[in-house]
Amino acid sequence: MTVLKDISLEAKNLAAIFEATGAEVVEMDFLQISNLLLDLYGEDIRGRAFITNDPVYGEMMLRPDFTVPIVEQHMANNVSPARYTYCGKVFRRQEEFPDRPREFLQVGYEIFDGANPAKADAEVFSLVNDALSGIKVRISTGDIGILMAAVSSLSTTETRKKSLLRHIWRPQRFRTLLNQFSGLSSKPHPIKDAKEYNKIIDKFEIIGSRNVREIKERLQQIKLESETDPINSEEVKILDDILSLKDKCTEALRYLEKLSKKMPGIELTVENFAKRLTFLEKNGIKVDLLDFEGSYGRTSMEYYDGFVFGFYSETHKELAPVATGGRYDALTERMGPGKKIPAVGAVLRPDLTLLLRENYHD
Amino acid sequence: MIRLGIPSKGRLMGQTFHWFSERGINLVRSESDREYAGHIEGIKNVQLIFLSASEIPRELSAGRLHFGVTGNDVIQEKLVRFNQLVEPISELGFGFADLIIAIPSFWVDVDTLDDLDAVSAQFRDNHGYRLRIATKYHRLLREFLMQTGVADYQIVDSQGATEGAVKNGLAEAIADITSTGNTLRANHLKILSDGLILKSQATLFKSLMAEFSQEENQVANLLVKKLSTKD
Repeated sequence: MTVLKDISLEAKNLAAIFEATGAEVVEMDFLQISNLLLDLYGEDIRGRAFITNDPVYGEMMLRPDFTVPIVEQHMANNVSPARYTYCGKVFRRQEEFPDRPREFLQVGYEIFDGANPAKADAEVFSLVNDALSGIKVRISTGDIGILMAAVSSLSTTETRKKSLLRHIWRPQRFRTLLNQFSGLSSKPHPIKDAKEYNKIIDKFEIIGSRNVREIKERLQQIKLESETDPINSEEVKILDDILSLKDKCTEALRYLEKLSKKMPGIELTVENFAKRLTFLEKNGIKVDLLDFEGSYGRTSMEYYDGFVFGFYSETHKELAPVATGGRYDALTERMGPGKKIPAVGAVLRPDLTLLLRENYHD
Repeated sequence: MIRLGIPSKGRLMGQTFHWFSERGINLVRSESDREYAGHIEGIKNVQLIFLSASEIPRELSAGRLHFGVTGNDVIQEKLVRFNQLVEPISELGFGFADLIIAIPSFWVDVDTLDDLDAVSAQFRDNHGYRLRIATKYHRLLREFLMQTGVADYQIVDSQGATEGAVKNGLAEAIADITSTGNTLRANHLKILSDGLILKSQATLFKSLMAEFSQEENQVANLLVKKLSTKD
């Protein structure tokens, strides 16, 4: 087993890499008010975070990550651009993987800067890559932004697009909806005749906060949906092509550029991808050897909405990722309405990097 | 001494006594029936421990009970990786209950989980907070909704009279156990057609965490053997 004292030293060494960029060193409270985290992550966060109670503030959580409190603080101060780095413990319940630790150190780096997002993406990635030199890792990258742009550019109703975008991070439900909207699912909605149903509402007692107007509104929506043409199969195919894309970055870019001819709505995000690769190359990253997956990042925390990446051990495949990161522009909008600022960041796990260093012996 | 956990109250206790006696094992409660202890007629070295059915999972997983009777709903709710902690020996054929999701009957636009998910989105947009589901089965509900991809809801803790939670303004929907559905209907609720989370019944569990001495092992084997044949 790695020794706690050694992990602290490893964390300090990693933190020094981020501090050398001139980033401001920040600290965050251990206890976070639950409401904000619940609003962002939904009920699932309760399965991942330790919850406690304060007689005044109510439910509180031991911080499950740093990103959310950092964004919150940044939006409150509202001084951009900014670079932050931090080093501290986070706490996670481990129901799914009981062998994984409940508390561990994270060393992280966050950039709030809209001047050149592609360059900022490359900066974060390259710093992490440098910090992990000497460790055998497999790297995955992706871009949720391209996927979201593809969904947004479907030639169909806003309601449908909104439903699909809401479930980008839940692949199974996303597929169910896409099948429904493209006429692939054979099961029509059981409620077709809104008029009939409008009549029977009155047979029941009205209880709870959801009111009759909302029900009638939705019956109307179901009716409209059943009358709307399916999304055309060409477009669904492009979406599927993006979702199933797995290649080296250079090849993936070429492929996506071809797709964007057929679906101009993704052009801008594909251009961003190209710019990012240029900056990565400048930083000495071999992008012709770097993996890209169109679906990568869809099952992780749902705030990433652009570039996403993860570093995994090649030798210890059972381990959690050694480093993860990505872009979360929309999170800043949700936490500071009207003050959206492009942001990207990453976290490293010093306990794992230490374990994987070749010169470290048990 | 083998420690056997028995539900301490009501019909569940009576039916458990009956089930054991049908297999030639007479459970005997201590003379003062205010005392929560007892033994088995004719088998030495078995101690009956009367406990609330909801506490039996914890005691089994801690190894303080060798055996215990409780519903598999509470076992699965309370024990993470329950199958590594307890082993079901026999389903007892009573205490049947389905853990389901129920919504107000007048929601004529809702029949399936797909609808519930769409309504959650609509509700959050309109009301500014996430649709509340009252339950005491937090983990089972959360895992079920995560697997089926329902978002934008929140769990409200309800330890009793859950069927009344919507009418009383505490929640918009509930997740609870039901056997006949009568209480649901009386409270103006209906069941989602694909909202069955779990089917439960009273079950005899063996603890995989308890230590069995050689002697305890013999008694345990005798007990399990007797229970497998109805008189």
